[in-house]
Amino acid sequence: MSDVRRFAVFGGVYNNFLSLEATLNDARALGCEAIYCLGDMGGFGPQPDRVFPLLRDVPDLFVMQGNYDHSIGNRLEDCACGYTDPRDNYYAQISYDYTLANTADAHKDWLRDLPTEFRHTWAGQRVLMAHGSPRQVNEFLWESMCPDAFLEHLLKSYEADVLFVTHTGIPWKRELEGGRQVINVGAIGRPANNGRTSVDYALVEVDAQGVRVDFREVEYDHEALAALMREEELPEPFVETILTGWWTTCLEVMPARERAAGVY
Amino acid sequence: MIDLNLAIDRPPEGPAPELELRHLDTLWLQVTGTLCNLACRHCFISCGPKNESHPFMELEEVRRAVETAAAMGVKEFYFTGGEPFMHPQIREMIALTLEHGPLSILTNGVLIDEELAAWLAETFHNARYNFDVRVSLDGTTPEENDAIRGRHTFEKILGGAVRLHEAGLNPVFTVTTCHAELAESAGRQRFFDLLAERGITRPRLKFLAPFKIGREERRGGAYEDFERLSEGMLDEEARASLQCSSCRMVTAKGVYPCPILIEEEGARMGDTLDDAMGPIKLDHPACYTCFVEGVTCRT
Ligand code: SF4
Ligand code: SF4
Ligand SMILES: [Fe+2]
Repeated sequence: MSDVRRFAVFGGVYNNFLSLEATLNDARALGCEAIYCLGDMGGFGPQPDRVFPLLRDVPDLFVMQGNYDHSIGNRLEDCACGYTDPRDNYYAQISYDYTLANTADAHKDWLRDLPTEFRHTWAGQRVLMAHGSPRQVNEFLWESMCPDAFLEHLLKSYEADVLFVTHTGIPWKRELEGGRQVINVGAIGRPANNGRTSVDYALVEVDAQGVRVDFREVEYDHEALAALMREEELPEPFVETILTGWWTTCLEVMPARERAAGVY
Repeated sequence: MIDLNLAIDRPPEGPAPELELRHLDTLWLQVTGTLCNLACRHCFISCGPKNESHPFMELEEVRRAVETAAAMGVKEFYFTGGEPFMHPQIREMIALTLEHGPLSILTNGVLIDEELAAWLAETFHNARYNFDVRVSLDGTTPEENDAIRGRHTFEKILGGAVRLHEAGLNPVFTVTTCHAELAESAGRQRFFDLLAERGITRPRLKFLAPFKIGREERRGGAYEDFERLSEGMLDEEARASLQCSSCRMVTAKGVYPCPILIEEEGARMGDTLDDAMGPIKLDHPACYTCFVEGVTCRT
């Protein structure tokens, strides 16, 4: 029996029940004792109700509310993304309306009542998990937009040594002075605008030395997902993202730096 | 739609709201003061070639403000003017700021020649943090834009933007919605079409409402008496969404709450950032525009 404890942290399911299943299988096969989902169950992918059997009433899984879950759970009219590009807006609204219409009432209630943060102490370090940022559910923490000193400020104000967030869809991590760290776990529901069809989650190892975080790449049957998205008549640019690994919409919220790494 | 004007045409009762600074997320720097190579008719601080009411900032002033804000955990920096590229040391200012965090620079684009565009693109690629250039354009035709920004500026602005794009940058276009229909989706589509024609196929656009002060007051008319904020009008969410709950503006003449009020009587908060961490009074009519239009600096 080793004295390394393992945990998994992921976010951004976006209706992708196939990558969700693959992620959970991978984390369990690696012996993760607990798995944390940082929210945003809906949007983008097909057949929203198929993620819930994988997420609800599972003893090793802890699920948090994201901004999308808040909107769907409270039956709001849109995801309040506020795009100014008419094309982004158009597609975002299609997938929001689709998700709202195809999520069962009982699941909406469950989304509405989810917690909004998790706290733990691992190896003596104060661990905080939030959706966007600890101070605002829909704040984007992009790698190129977060000065070290700003992250230090967040950690200090929210009394944490290790912070996990999601919401942007692109993973990154940063080590700060004194062993403190911030990790954006990215999203498992949509590739990270890197030309790979796989997705990533954060695998955490905790031992006497501290908390180590690595990204773990997960392959899943993305072609099956794409086929189902076409069957459901979801926008073709979304399907293209699943098949190519490049974002085609919602690029407006992405900083120029991250965007320059993509093809659009 | 409810017509607010029917219900309230008198000044609201009660004192103007006070607003705390939650955290300094955004530091604005008025690097070229009120000096500009254009004199746009909607400029809310009446900038122009002869307006020296706010002079250029010195390099060391910029460094001091940037370092002070960085130590406070600031999230992002904005350079504005006037026209920032008129400053002889603008490149040093950009470089030192990008050491500490992401920077957006607001320009009218006119001075961006090939050499500058290449330098900006290289800076973008080498910087640790994000670097954005925002170009102001106020119409999709020369007639529309030039009526506001001045004769022949349409092609000069687009020329600068296209050079940026060819050098490998994707500038953000900011549009002041003096022509109200530009904010509608058909108006927006015209921008996308225009920029696509010039080879900018994935443009980034930001639409801003005009502030009825400075030269814009003479162009579009001043504020009415009812256009004021009072304590009861702002809930927590509205407070948090006002940019002055998380920003300050540094100029050569001291620190102000925001970029909009630097020429307004009584808005100056002190000499240094440390003097400007207290609450502000939202007693200015421009505050009404921020509240009604949800003005933010975010891209
Ligand atoms: S709006 Fe901008 S470009 Fe026009 S005069 Fe004012 S500062 Fe100069
Ligand atoms: S003009 Fe706008 S940003 Fe400036 S103090 Fe008033 S509300 Fe705040
Ligand atoms: Fe989110």
